[in-house]
Amino acid sequence: MESLILTIIATSIPLLMAAIGELVTEKSGVLNLGVEGMMLSGAVGALGAVLWLENPYFGIIAGAMSGLFMACIFSVFTINFMTNQVATGLGLTIFATGLTGLAGAPLVGKTIPSLPKIEIFLLSDIPFIGNILFKQDLVAYLSIGIIILITYFLKYSKPGIILRAVGDNHTSAHSVGYPVKKIRWYATCFGGMCAGVGGAYIPLVLTPHWSEGMTAGRGWIALALVVFASWIPWRIIVGALIFGGITIAQLVGQARGWAIPSQILSMMPYLATIIALTIISSRISKNNSVVPASLGKPFFDTQ
Amino acid sequence: MLKFCKRIFSLFALSASVIFFIVTNSFASPTKVGFVYLTTPGDHGWTYAHELGKQMVEKRFGNDVKISVVENVPEGPDATRVIRELAKQGNEIIFTTSFGYMEPTLKVAKEFPNIKFEHITGYKRSKNVATGNIRFYEGRYIQGVVAGLMTKTNKIGYIGAYPIAEVIMGINAFAQGLRSVNKDASISVIWANTWYDPVKEADAAKVHIAEGADILAQHTDSPAMLQIAEKNGALGFGQSTDMSAFAPKAQLFASENNWGPYYIKKIEQLQNGKWNTGDGPDHWAGNEWGGISSDMLTISKFQNMPDSVAKKAEEAVNGIKNGSIKIFAGPLVDNTGKEIIPAGKTLDDGALWGMNYYLKGVNGKVPG
Repeated sequence: MESLILTIIATSIPLLMAAIGELVTEKSGVLNLGVEGMMLSGAVGALGAVLWLENPYFGIIAGAMSGLFMACIFSVFTINFMTNQVATGLGLTIFATGLTGLAGAPLVGKTIPSLPKIEIFLLSDIPFIGNILFKQDLVAYLSIGIIILITYFLKYSKPGIILRAVGDNHTSAHSVGYPVKKIRWYATCFGGMCAGVGGAYIPLVLTPHWSEGMTAGRGWIALALVVFASWIPWRIIVGALIFGGITIAQLVGQARGWAIPSQILSMMPYLATIIALTIISSRISKNNSVVPASLGKPFFDTQ
Repeated sequence: MLKFCKRIFSLFALSASVIFFIVTNSFASPTKVGFVYLTTPGDHGWTYAHELGKQMVEKRFGNDVKISVVENVPEGPDATRVIRELAKQGNEIIFTTSFGYMEPTLKVAKEFPNIKFEHITGYKRSKNVATGNIRFYEGRYIQGVVAGLMTKTNKIGYIGAYPIAEVIMGINAFAQGLRSVNKDASISVIWANTWYDPVKEADAAKVHIAEGADILAQHTDSPAMLQIAEKNGALGFGQSTDMSAFAPKAQLFASENNWGPYYIKKIEQLQNGKWNTGDGPDHWAGNEWGGISSDMLTISKFQNMPDSVAKKAEEAVNGIKNGSIKIFAGPLVDNTGKEIIPAGKTLDDGALWGMNYYLKGVNGKVPG
């Protein structure tokens, strides 16, 4: 049981990291559909760095930097050149798939040491809970820390409130004198770094090798999680764990021979996402403030 | 007069073209060969095995062949475009190396009746489309024998891609090998419903281990399962190519796909004007379905096992090679107790492609 729960948590962490980053990006009014691409570059960057510097912690930094690099490309186009965000995001993913394939070619077939587990003094000795919650790796702790910080940041801090203002109505924010483009740049870059770390987690912990397209669609699930969480940070944890939980549950069901067709079990996580989306959107119609109002709209200086 | 001139001219043109035809053919130009790959070859797995086959062709024919390769071709409409392009470039024989290229290959073949097509693992043929496949299940039988001798928990975890005949016959062959040495062990199957998703394959492997399996087998493409086995002290088998680099302490051996001999044979047939699509039934396997005995399936070095087990495995390999082991020989009983065939009979190749049941030794039910 314990090892199953640990597996669920491990599966959820890349989603968690990528989703919290995208949440901040979207809160500033930028819809970056390139999460999958940023995760892939995070993965390849991390693996390359660990092979080179032989320390898994550099993998986290390299992952963040690779994601940041991709986010910068996206920002230049969508924020400065005001291109369509949806098209640019999709383009970024396709571009990154190709680029990481090229960059990763010399890395194929190499393995790296995994990120070590960090035991938290005393707490890790608590039976059951200690093993699950307090014997995790740095990224796992980091992801929870970031979610707590972002919750505080968006709700109570002044920069956070400005960021939300930019996302809700960039024209007004601009007219009161806030640097809309600069704020969106920061938010998108933060999102890219988080997605990069999320991607880096895959070779650093889950499967320590590089193969092309190894994120296999997790970036898209992270995007769905943001909507699932209705842009509220802590709900991403719930969503990611539900998603991971159902994924693992269907595998366990198969191994134990539950009499449910595996195809149905395989689609359960997606079904759960759709149901959650339906419930949330029916609520949204009553309270319309959930979606950042300027989401996906390019901002023109001259307005 | 004009008519006469025209006649003379056409006669001249005709003879010139005949001479041209003879001349070009007597100076044999290299045979143009096309390959379509599903992914970039990398250095493990399905496409890499095809790449090795292609390299054998290069080595064997040298300047007598001119090879064009297109990598990373998604199955579907893109494949049609790529195959057509290869045909237009004048390739005389085109190998399409994934199951999903079946319809695209047939479609393009119709448009280019003079070009020969070889589709890997498909079951549909036409006048100029032949099919080739490997008896992967023979390697699975050996895996079963080794697993049966090595398991301590008597639980084998198997990760399958999709519940199709190709994969199911592999599981059943594994079960036959397993039960030939160990009647108490059984196989649990997890369907990944994907050929390739390292994270999901890793998750499935973790679940198998959490459920008590100590030997893992896979019919998916990434080395993730072996890496998880390595990390958790379990053992497993490599897929398509040797994967011991990923799991030096966990890989028992790998069933390696060896496409080279088949490619060489078909190109030689083409050069001698003897290319054909064989005369077996159309609905399965095709004209070239080789296994251990024809070297299309090779077994990598046995490792991480005691000599006694390696010896038993070697015996099984030889048994399959010389025909003394018939993997699907009766009496065969499925896992619900229903008799498939009585003693004295053996399942024929057609029956293998119709497998939609598990044999004794496998837990659960085939989905769908």
